Amino acid sequence: MRNSGFDVLLSLNNLRRLMLGLGGTLEIAAVSVAVSVILGVLCGFAMMSKNRAVYALFRVYLEAFRIVPILVWLFLFFFGSAIVFGANLEGWFVSVLVFSLWGTAEMGDLVRGTVLSIPAHQWQSAEAIGLTPWQVRRFVIIPQTLRRIAPSAINLVTRMVKTTSLVVFVGVTDILRVGKQIIEFNMMKNPMASFWIYGFIFLIYFLICYPISRFSKKLEEKWSY
Amino acid sequence: MTAQKRDVILDIKGLRKSYGDKIVLNGVDICVERGEAVVIIGPSGCGKTTLLRCVNGLETHQGGTITIDGREAGSKNFDWILVRQKVGMVFQSYDLFPHMTVLENILLGPLRAQKRTREEASGQAIRLLERVGLADRVNDFPRQLSGGQRQRIAIVRALCMNPDIMLFDEVTASLDPEMVREVLDVILGVARQGMTMMIVTHEMGFARVAADKVIFMEGGVIAEEGPAKEFFTLPKTERARRFLNTFYFE
Amino acid sequence: MNVGFIADAIPIYGRAIIVTLRIAVLGILFSLVIGVICGLVAYCKMKAVDKLTRGYIELSRNTPLVIQLFFLYYGLPKLGVMLSNEACAVIGLSFLGGSYMAESLRGGLEAVSKVQVELGLSIGLDTFQLIRFVVFPQAMAVAVPALGANCVFLIKETSVLSIIALRDLMSVTKELIGMYYNTTESLLLLVVCYLLILLPVSFGLTFLERRVRYAEFGV
Repeated sequence: MRNSGFDVLLSLNNLRRLMLGLGGTLEIAAVSVAVSVILGVLCGFAMMSKNRAVYALFRVYLEAFRIVPILVWLFLFFFGSAIVFGANLEGWFVSVLVFSLWGTAEMGDLVRGTVLSIPAHQWQSAEAIGLTPWQVRRFVIIPQTLRRIAPSAINLVTRMVKTTSLVVFVGVTDILRVGKQIIEFNMMKNPMASFWIYGFIFLIYFLICYPISRFSKKLEEKWSY
Repeated sequence: MTAQKRDVILDIKGLRKSYGDKIVLNGVDICVERGEAVVIIGPSGCGKTTLLRCVNGLETHQGGTITIDGREAGSKNFDWILVRQKVGMVFQSYDLFPHMTVLENILLGPLRAQKRTREEASGQAIRLLERVGLADRVNDFPRQLSGGQRQRIAIVRALCMNPDIMLFDEVTASLDPEMVREVLDVILGVARQGMTMMIVTHEMGFARVAADKVIFMEGGVIAEEGPAKEFFTLPKTERARRFLNTFYFE
Repeated sequence: MNVGFIADAIPIYGRAIIVTLRIAVLGILFSLVIGVICGLVAYCKMKAVDKLTRGYIELSRNTPLVIQLFFLYYGLPKLGVMLSNEACAVIGLSFLGGSYMAESLRGGLEAVSKVQVELGLSIGLDTFQLIRFVVFPQAMAVAVPALGANCVFLIKETSVLSIIALRDLMSVTKELIGMYYNTTESLLLLVVCYLLILLPVSFGLTFLERRVRYAEFGV
């Protein structure tokens, strides 16, 4: 071991490949977050319907995703698809599907909880000054909901980004898999590669998640009144 | 109750305290002798609560001296933890420790801080509880008690440490009116037994009966002080007269 | 559905459950220890150490367990730190869980009112006694729901342990699917096993939470 092996991170080619892998990871996260936010908001409003069966159904869906580990869900969809379709669905698709289903449930619960947490007198006093039902929502309810929901919704994004690290289990070429390939390729030349590569990936995840959770905490402090 | 030889237990000289720009205590001198009951009155924000809190080390003062039992606060052989065991304090909020029964509440100090035996301390606790009429509640939790009952327990908790001096900080101010009397009766009983005490209160009727000496504070300084009888019948200063008048409807 | 296969597979899954549980229990215990220490450091505002624990908490909360484990198991040995995969699993889980427990506990500690602290001081307790007898018991009661949720979270997180070659439920399932193609049965057993572990824990915690919330100290 003549050198520290740090040069494995200095190779432009290696860095480019790692970043491509990271791009794949972030792509899955971005698509899942987008789907979750859109469907989650719809889901949340649907859940406020007075229909008990609809609510019960949502509750079961939410609890199912909460009690069973996400990785088990990935396995169910990945290997289970072979039973249903005769062939495995692609890892990328399974990942987006599972993360979106999970994110939608969590987001829906957040939306529902937040809207319900806005006190009734806000609706009443808004109506009392003569606003139309649409105006009540537009100027009173939605702005307050947005403020209250922002910190936890952003927190959910951090959780989803961290969860994307699971895609390596269903054969997606993400940053971890690329890292593994680089390490194997450099096995003889650079036995220290795994320390630097995995350390680097560790740092990358931190550099992505930390600012997001900082932002969420800042919003929480700023908007708590 | 006038002692022949002065037996000073608490001596406060030139006490100063401020929060930022706001001066709360601006040079206060008080001397409390053993067995004396000193009542401090005055309008809200005059610094009387802060004064008590300084005596128990819950606030740090910025100027002047506090000497308790011959030892000056801040000097080398002075330890607030030890001093507080000899200075009992009862607060306006009638809080007990919510996770402990009445008996555990009372015994926490004697057992942990003073390292006394459970046998001896609980004997004293029960006797004190009997005196305040709450012996049947030893195993209750604070939630099960009324505000007045809790405040009486809080007094017992402080008494059970065998303090040299007791500090009462507006102990009836947060209570429902019908519970004020039971608490004041207990304090009066303690005073009659010769306990040294400093009482901050807005109950003028009680102050008149309980006090040996009355101190009237305003704007962070002592505006007037004197024996209770003189103060309430013939206050010397105009300010004290005006303050006392706010309590009467005529 | 192949009943014979399920019967044969049950002992294999049983052993895997034990591996998962052993690591989860150890991980949760160490997490609590780390959490109590870091929570108290944050509560007491110990200046120098506070920076350190703050850094640890942010690092641990903002990185996935999978990545932490990869670094521990494949990266660190290059520096001469050799750990068995079980040790890695416990360390990784505790590293992750410690920060979650610390945050929950800090929340509980900060919920204890200032009046309670002053009460404790006024009867002459020292700092240690104050925390031990007055602040900590009350903080725990507030923190129980959050601590419980962390336990469930940590048990679920153990599902990634196969990545460091531990024979847990996930690796057993993958193996059986690969060898015998009894996909339905294997997946069914996998889900059943996780429910067997998680449902009782989850119900137990709901029960505990209700007791702490409604029976608050003697009603």
